[in-house]
Amino acid sequence: MFWEQLLNGLTLGSTYALIALGYTMVYGIIQLINFAHGEIYMFGAFVGLFLVSVAGVNIFIALLGAMAFCMVLGMLVEKVAYRPLRGKSTRLSALISAIGVSIFLSTLMALIRGTNTTRYPEVMQIHTYNLGLIEISSLQLIILLVSAFLMVGLQMMVQRTTIGKAMRACSQDLEASYLMGINVNRVISFTFAIGSALAAAGGVMVGLYYNAVWPYMGMMAGLKAFAAAVLGGIGSIPGAMIGGVTLGVLEIFGVAYLSSSYKDAIAFAVLILVLIIRPQGIMGQKISKKV
Amino acid sequence: MDSFLAQYIDPYYLRILVLIGINLILALGLNIITGVTGQLSMGHAGFMSIGAYTSAILSMQFGYPYFLSLLAGALMAALFGFLIGIPTLRLEGDYLAMVTIGFAEIIKVFFLNFEPGGKAVGLSGIPQNTTFVIVWVIVLIVIILNARLLRTRMGRAFYAIRENEIAAESCGINTTRLKVLAFTIGSFLGGLGGGLYAHYMYFIRPQDFAFMKSIELLNMVVLGGMGSIPGTILGTTILTLAPEMLRVVAEYRLLFYGALLVILMIFRPNGLLGDIRIYDIKKRFRKKEVETCRS
Repeated sequence: MFWEQLLNGLTLGSTYALIALGYTMVYGIIQLINFAHGEIYMFGAFVGLFLVSVAGVNIFIALLGAMAFCMVLGMLVEKVAYRPLRGKSTRLSALISAIGVSIFLSTLMALIRGTNTTRYPEVMQIHTYNLGLIEISSLQLIILLVSAFLMVGLQMMVQRTTIGKAMRACSQDLEASYLMGINVNRVISFTFAIGSALAAAGGVMVGLYYNAVWPYMGMMAGLKAFAAAVLGGIGSIPGAMIGGVTLGVLEIFGVAYLSSSYKDAIAFAVLILVLIIRPQGIMGQKISKKV
Repeated sequence: MDSFLAQYIDPYYLRILVLIGINLILALGLNIITGVTGQLSMGHAGFMSIGAYTSAILSMQFGYPYFLSLLAGALMAALFGFLIGIPTLRLEGDYLAMVTIGFAEIIKVFFLNFEPGGKAVGLSGIPQNTTFVIVWVIVLIVIILNARLLRTRMGRAFYAIRENEIAAESCGINTTRLKVLAFTIGSFLGGLGGGLYAHYMYFIRPQDFAFMKSIELLNMVVLGGMGSIPGTILGTTILTLAPEMLRVVAEYRLLFYGALLVILMIFRPNGLLGDIRIYDIKKRFRKKEVETCRS
């Protein structure tokens, strides 16, 4: 029982982590809570569904297709709704703009697909492997492996490549990076693309795992992923991973051992407690205020 | 008085006017927290629900008179605002925003499981005591007190915290005390608005006070212009009317609403009225007065 719940928690948590990465990367660079991120995740799930059921492609190709679509969508959102505001407005106006995009996208999908829940088709045979202590389904295995692969890939990209270096520079000081000849707009665009692609991957896998997608699924998932990002220390990439997994595991344990009717409250209660004890999150660095 | 008004004004318009009034009280409360003091709160609907449920239960099950239950609801919300304000001693910016979101979600889940509140079904049969006149008398009182408050030493200190917390602190302002105070005043108004809402709507349920309601209220404050009372009034009026006006486009309503938010922010990044205060408008009519420190 315990190990099975832990496994369920890890599976859920790794999808939270994938979404949280997008929040944390965007926040790290332009200090914007990208509220449309949950809707990008929702779009990812729907594009994956479309590719699997209408185009009839393999689930992995559908995953890649959804990631590619959301990359473009994320860049488009940034270009239309955030870039015109950058530099000449307060952060709150950008936040309202993000909320506007979020409402727009979820309504758009509700108009296209209706507000009902759609089921994912049977895309593959689900095997169960017995690992002595626990039984793991092939679906859980895929989710864990794909998430791990994407997260390691992201970490490599951020640490080893030139664009990763540019991203780190921008998150330290946007203006100084600009003066050093970094094309700041391109870096920001790229960050949105990567974050959106990760969210799309999360969306497709959640759709598969829970076998359900609906147009308003982005709201709660987005809130919890944001909570995960804050829990890990917003702006920190390893923090988002740890925060996501922690939140997922705690939520599943809360449902299993406490009460399922308080499911949505558990994640937030944990978050508030952690923040009261450690205001900068688990991995966040304490930034001393400068005059 | 209301039946007198109903002879001349269509009930539909009267209803919208009442809703504008209730939203104004809620938005003015949030304006003190977020607009004036600069503490981003994204859970104002949580305070609203505390006020709504407290007052509704008191008047339905304990037979409290209307105004007393309104006051009790507002005080209960203020108490929670005070408690939630304490973490602001240590948290700032978006961490605070997250805590307020989390708080409102926890409150919502609590009411979803709250037996006396009818759980997910909600409470119905709340006496409909809120009338147009009562709402707008309260709105006027709130606006006047609010405008007065912002011109006192304390109000100026609120603005100072928003502009630069460190500078404010080094000028001798007790920032933590004032931030908690701003939260308490704001949530008092949130609870008051919630009580009025419950006694107008006759029926409340936890989903009415979900995250979207908080966001709607935040939009009202930011759209009009942060920290500006005339701005909040304008923003609230526009955003309460917008969904009604957009009824012509039926199911595309929210699509337009979302696009409207983006477009307004692109063209008026600092809100419609920027940082204009009632004082500034009055000053325009009294040009002779010597220009002093802008407050």
